Amino acid sequence: MEHDVLDGTETADRAGARVVNLTVNGERRGGLAPVRMTLADFLRHELGLTGTHLGCEHGVCGACTVIMDGAAVRSCLLLAVQADGATIETIEGLAPGREGGTGSEDGQDDELGPLQQAFHRNHALQCGFCTGGFLMSVTAALRDAPVETDDEAREVLSGNICRCTGYAGMIRAVRETSDEIYGPGLDGTARNGANS
Amino acid sequence: MSATTRAPEAGEAHGAPERMIGARIERREDYRLLTGHGKFLDDLEMPADTCEAAFLRSPHGHARILGIDTSAALDVPGVLGVFTGEDVQPMMKPLPAKVAHPDLQDIARLPMALDAVHYVGEPVAVVIAVSRYIAEDAADLIEVDYEPLPAISSTAAALAPGAPLAHEGARDNIAVHVTQRAGDPEAAFAAAPHVLSETFTVVRGGGHSMECRAVAARFDTVTGQLVVWDSTQAPHYARNALANLYDMPEDDIRLIAPPDVGGGFGPKAQFYGEEAVIPWVAMQLRKPVKWIEDRRENFMSAMMERTQVHRIQVAFDDDGKLIALKDVFEHDQGAYVAGLQVPMITLTTVPGQYKIPNIHTELYSCFTNMVPTSSVRGAGRPQAVAAMERMMDRVAEYLHMDPAEIRRRNLIQADEFPYKVGLIFRDGSPLTYDSGNYPEVLEGTLARLDYESWRARQASLRAEGRHIGIGIACYVEGCGLGPYEGAKVRLTNSGEILVTLAAAPQGQGYETVYAQIAADALGLDMKYIRVTTGDTGRIPFGQGTFASRITATCGPAVLQASQEMRDRIFSTAAVMLKVEGKNFVFRDNRVTLADDETASVTLQQITQVANVGKHGITMLRGVRAGLETQAYFSPERAAYASGAHAVVVEVDPETGKTEILKYVIGHDCGTVINPLLVDGQVLGGFAAGIGNAMYEEQFYDAAAQPLTTSYLDFSLPSSVEVPPVELFHVQSPSPLNPLGAKGAGEGGTIPAPAAIANAVEDALRPLGARINEMPVTPPKIVGAITRARS
Repeated sequence: MEHDVLDGTETADRAGARVVNLTVNGERRGGLAPVRMTLADFLRHELGLTGTHLGCEHGVCGACTVIMDGAAVRSCLLLAVQADGATIETIEGLAPGREGGTGSEDGQDDELGPLQQAFHRNHALQCGFCTGGFLMSVTAALRDAPVETDDEAREVLSGNICRCTGYAGMIRAVRETSDEIYGPGLDGTARNGANS
Repeated sequence: MSATTRAPEAGEAHGAPERMIGARIERREDYRLLTGHGKFLDDLEMPADTCEAAFLRSPHGHARILGIDTSAALDVPGVLGVFTGEDVQPMMKPLPAKVAHPDLQDIARLPMALDAVHYVGEPVAVVIAVSRYIAEDAADLIEVDYEPLPAISSTAAALAPGAPLAHEGARDNIAVHVTQRAGDPEAAFAAAPHVLSETFTVVRGGGHSMECRAVAARFDTVTGQLVVWDSTQAPHYARNALANLYDMPEDDIRLIAPPDVGGGFGPKAQFYGEEAVIPWVAMQLRKPVKWIEDRRENFMSAMMERTQVHRIQVAFDDDGKLIALKDVFEHDQGAYVAGLQVPMITLTTVPGQYKIPNIHTELYSCFTNMVPTSSVRGAGRPQAVAAMERMMDRVAEYLHMDPAEIRRRNLIQADEFPYKVGLIFRDGSPLTYDSGNYPEVLEGTLARLDYESWRARQASLRAEGRHIGIGIACYVEGCGLGPYEGAKVRLTNSGEILVTLAAAPQGQGYETVYAQIAADALGLDMKYIRVTTGDTGRIPFGQGTFASRITATCGPAVLQASQEMRDRIFSTAAVMLKVEGKNFVFRDNRVTLADDETASVTLQQITQVANVGKHGITMLRGVRAGLETQAYFSPERAAYASGAHAVVVEVDPETGKTEILKYVIGHDCGTVINPLLVDGQVLGGFAAGIGNAMYEEQFYDAAAQPLTTSYLDFSLPSSVEVPPVELFHVQSPSPLNPLGAKGAGEGGTIPAPAAIANAVEDALRPLGARINEMPVTPPKIVGAITRARS
């Protein structure tokens, strides 16, 4: 990013900016952030990682969830300067996605990680706006421990809001992914969050 | 399945691709969304000089504007401009109501306030700056001199004798008063053996799409074209509104709903002042301008549905047969009439699935000093269903009859379609149910709930002091509304089929569903078909995604345009292969003779001949140039989806907590095009229904100040609140379109408040508590119990 030289269009806000360096999805990235800029805005607008979305900007909906130094965090409640030096994972790092891909018909499913594939299989996304936050929350949770029941899956998902799906497909996706990583859950094979 | 839902004949006997309509196809859209490459409006890479907007909004429910001083805001470094209502006067025209009525009291809704504000959140000025941060700083520095006036914060306040006016100079606070009638309700009530009356208050929340509203615009000074990106459900509707406001030809405005819009649910199908202001300001400044609504703005200024109060009366005989229905209801229309669709739908949805010979429904739509109301998933139907289905339970209670039985006795039967209710629907046509099988859906729902055994358990658990309740709610949903929807189908230069829809999706999977329909119509593998959506520059006419209408309107358009394209491709192939009177089929992307696969041409070769051509060289004789077809489908009237919900709950009378033990949905949306996606629609709608039934409620104080403006105050259901649900489908194809399709977007939502309220009241029946207000929250339950005890 070419923000080390300030030109005439820069504002007072920009002039008070700090350099912020991060490791994002395994890459060293840096940029200039006004001190009040949120981590979410920095990722989206300075680093161009627009897969992290803002649904409420007050830490409830979870759409902006990223993994920072191993923990799922709300990037709308952090300032970019607080994240200086941190290691950040975003949805763009979950699979080597290709822009404009059209899904399984091109065999591109192989490029998706297990959780992403499970979301696809189970129709766990509709508009997709909240999906990045869910994927990051669940990714962090599944690194910690298996999800062995539907109730546990509901708990893992409950920090994020989805307005489209009713969560049933997500519950199945979390169970199936956990089973894939850790083996079948307490109640045997993944049960349906909904029978249809 | 009926004959109307058969696949097109293309290649039926020739081993053509398997039938796609009805197949469980995973979505094409998912890949980009799962990898963070979605194209939501604020994700689009706009030009580097794009500015950002922040609106200054009214802090008062009702006030005169005496003056506005923007000088301090203009002095902020990085601010490019500040525009008040006065400053945008050249384009200020009243925004027409989406659905109007001849008797509607005419109160102008302007894009920005001029000399008065009428709700908290109404746009008063807009700041354009190099960043949103700076724009918000500057907006805080605008000084507005207000003279506060009395504000109306409920329909009761609006209708009270001597009430202050929500709008100075208005006739009164009634926007419109409409009555619909069938039969002779007065005589029927006078003669009926039994009459019950009750008042129900139903509050509904906002849409709460996870992506808020968003608009960006860029004016091309060279071509004179204005390009607008708008996270709208209705791009052509918004384009037409802009053309009217700006006095520009519609072709000079290209309005694009980005490929990804983060949910809609109704509020994004309306046209807002912000959508008028942003492109106009971009033209004035000659700079691209972007406005991304934040959640606080969304709470205050995105339209919502809010409150209806129903005074309902039913007359019935000793056997529980309904004789007459009267429902007089108040609808909180908000400060302006953006559209009357919600109360007009309520007006005709009350009778539902029941045979009622005498009906009187009556609407008082009231001006209040709150944000205007719009459709929200369900759109006036949940309130109607709540009023009617709560009364069905009261009739059952009064007659000591089972609530399932009282419904059985009144249902319209499967052989009674088309069924004329005797009222006029919101689309202007006589309210006529096209098809359905209400008894089958109800019985299937009860069987899956294990209704009889729950009734038995309820009795024994009551003896143990536990409060188990069972709720049932049946509904109809007018859907697939006109006037029309369209599609274009083209063979592109690269030899793929491009289906262009006017309609714009917000997560419904159009890129997948309409490729399925086109695949069947063409007899061509889906992988050669691509779907594009929501861009007025690509297709001139369209209406938009609302009222569960697209599958039933756009679907047939895609079907017809694709069938014509198949015929055009095959006749081109016939000329190229020099054969006549032969049948053709697709093999992969080749057109071959049905009985001789060695004779074939590829789609690539066909497009070279018919579309690309050779400059200056005479075309192959017999080939019609330009392989593009289009179709607009215009339904005769609305189709009627239907269904039943049944639920078992346990209520803790001490805390008011309600636990859902079992929930079953029986759903009939006609032909199911893609079961995976239809189930997704119903289950997603169900989550909204649970929110509507138990959680979502916005509060305003007596001065019409919104008290719920964050998700700390307003509860949306998470995965913990939405219970498991068993869903099944009955398919009664609609005779009104060649797919037999009806709408699936709202059936999960509509009867949920009624079913839950019925169940909670049933659970508390030994205590005599009356659940007359929805959503059914713990404080209301405890309050109802307290009132019953005192």
